[in-house]
Amino acid sequence: MEIKDNRPSQEKTRLKERIQDWFSQVPLLSWLFGALVAVVLEQFVGDQVSAALGLPKIPALFGFLIMLKKPLLVPSSIAYNFLIYILPICVIARLSAALANWLAARLLSSSMLLSVIVHLGLLYAALYIWSSLSDYRVLILKLALIAVMVTLSLNVVNGYMGEFSCSHPGFMALGAYVASIFTVSLFVNHRLLGPALLPASWGPFMFPIALILGGVVSAISALLVAIPSFRTRGDYLAIISLAFMFIVKSLIENMELVGGPRGLGGQPNYANLHTVFLWTVVCVWIINNFVRSTLGKAMSAVRDDEMAADAMTVNTRRTKMAAFLFAAFWAGVAGGLFAHVLRYVNPGTFSIQKLAEVLAMVYFGGLNSVIGSIVGALSITLLSEALRPLEIFKWIIIPLLLILVMIFRPTGLIAFREFDVMNFIKPKQKV
Amino acid sequence: MSLLRIDNMTHYFGGLRAVHNYNLDIEPGQIRGLIGPNGAGKTTIFNLITGIYTPTEGQIILDGKNIVGLKPHEIASMGLGRTFQNMQLWRHMTVLEQVKMARYSKLNYGLVGAFLGTAKRNKEEEEATEIAYKFMKMLGVDQFADQIVLNLPYGAQRRVEMARALSMEPKILFLDEPTAGMNPEELVQIMRIIRQIHEKLGLAIFVIEHRMKVVMELCEKIQTLVFGEVIAEGTPAEIQNNPQVIDAYLGKEAVA
Repeated sequence: MEIKDNRPSQEKTRLKERIQDWFSQVPLLSWLFGALVAVVLEQFVGDQVSAALGLPKIPALFGFLIMLKKPLLVPSSIAYNFLIYILPICVIARLSAALANWLAARLLSSSMLLSVIVHLGLLYAALYIWSSLSDYRVLILKLALIAVMVTLSLNVVNGYMGEFSCSHPGFMALGAYVASIFTVSLFVNHRLLGPALLPASWGPFMFPIALILGGVVSAISALLVAIPSFRTRGDYLAIISLAFMFIVKSLIENMELVGGPRGLGGQPNYANLHTVFLWTVVCVWIINNFVRSTLGKAMSAVRDDEMAADAMTVNTRRTKMAAFLFAAFWAGVAGGLFAHVLRYVNPGTFSIQKLAEVLAMVYFGGLNSVIGSIVGALSITLLSEALRPLEIFKWIIIPLLLILVMIFRPTGLIAFREFDVMNFIKPKQKV
Repeated sequence: MSLLRIDNMTHYFGGLRAVHNYNLDIEPGQIRGLIGPNGAGKTTIFNLITGIYTPTEGQIILDGKNIVGLKPHEIASMGLGRTFQNMQLWRHMTVLEQVKMARYSKLNYGLVGAFLGTAKRNKEEEEATEIAYKFMKMLGVDQFADQIVLNLPYGAQRRVEMARALSMEPKILFLDEPTAGMNPEELVQIMRIIRQIHEKLGLAIFVIEHRMKVVMELCEKIQTLVFGEVIAEGTPAEIQNNPQVIDAYLGKEAVA
């Protein structure tokens, strides 16, 4: 028995090693090439392949929806994913590795910024082409990117600063409403907010102002939570911030000017994919800069031992304040984008369920880690979309998954890791 | 002029008088010691001077300025570095990050610099790293730079804490029981290191110690504290032979 058990596992590890070896010198650039080829391939042969496999149409979200609705189509959905995504990506990535390594080295030697821009450009191209096949994909992608922003900003408070803040949906709501009121009252003839004040063509250029305004209002309101947070820690802050979330929700519900509990609609369509993508990139870049600087690491010092931080000249008050307002600002910006993606907001959206979702993303992805937050936000968004046909059972499976992560990796999937862009974009030659 | 002068400092915790009429005068470059039995109030005196508590009465003058009522980080940035009795290192940070953190008040790039990663920030961070490495090398912990501090042996953790305090470039260094929990080998090493940094940097050092051997060998002048009051002050030899000190440590001999 034992011999029988051992052999396959040994073979498996050897196979795994060989696969790892095979792909160890593939840089990010060639993965992006592969992704680009795969999505272009889908454009041209997606219909034929899905018809040949007996699928009703191109699976919108990697076939999860089809698989859950019609279990008989599971093999064909998997085959579709393999043929259209996995196979081309792996083959192209491996084949282009030599070229991509050379290119990555060239780009990096000229300037790091250029290299980053090329990578992001390729990523955006792949996402754009992938999402162009259905509006559903565009929506999910936008929501996933916004989730990345919210998760990262919550990670600043709950991870790096080590407080347990529940007020993020409140900040999002403020950002969403402020940005919406700004754009709707200025550029749209609206039932509640009156006729447009400025020509609609100015709108897209003023949109960043709307978002920043929303972020600033959130940050100012965050003072309400931040000031008591200097006196209390742990449970008390959690309760204060939870109270804040409900205050914001009730406040909006009782403001008839913005539609009360019925919500506010009619936001102009400014949040297209590239706007959301750009804002997400800026958010990740700024937050990553912050948490990697000594000023940002001071948050971790305050969390781990405030007395020692004080004794080592760290201004603990300023550190806490900055972290809290900073996080609230980004939650507000994300809220503004969220409102313009859905083009409708109501206060009910920003409630305890939203909080649970964001917290799940932070703790699933990993505390104190930018890359963890990105992974957490993307995977939970995709998962909750994929499990949508299960309806209420979705809220059994996702928490269950969270419990499993907490048991096996108590701090999350990728916790306490620094996100060094250099490691991602550098060429990977065999040593 | 004295570097640190304390006049008639008294502190109450509620009705409990923890420190009574404490006076101290440290010249630049001096090594001073504070000894006393458990619970005498030694660490309370450190905490009072470093601003964690505010004294009920009295004044503390650091480098010509009264520091009573200032916040701990303000006092620290005026040139007062310290270590803790139970080593308060930050659990999740690497050695380099710990030592660099003490440069916090010397960084001028501000939050905007931190957010945008400006050239000024990169330059200042590099300078901070250089200074951190200088002190890590001095204390022999530079080979651990990228390790999480909790993975280091005990003695090395002690040295990391000292490197952290030194990289503030303080004028005076407070050491709260630097040899607590050390074996004889580590003890000899840390004493050599303390003497070395004193010679190289010429800073004033104020040590709390439990072990007589350490204070006796290191310090020029020693105070003995019992129940919050200084009962004896003098050179190591004077202290060693002071009958009051012997009583405090060993108890009175029963009259035969």
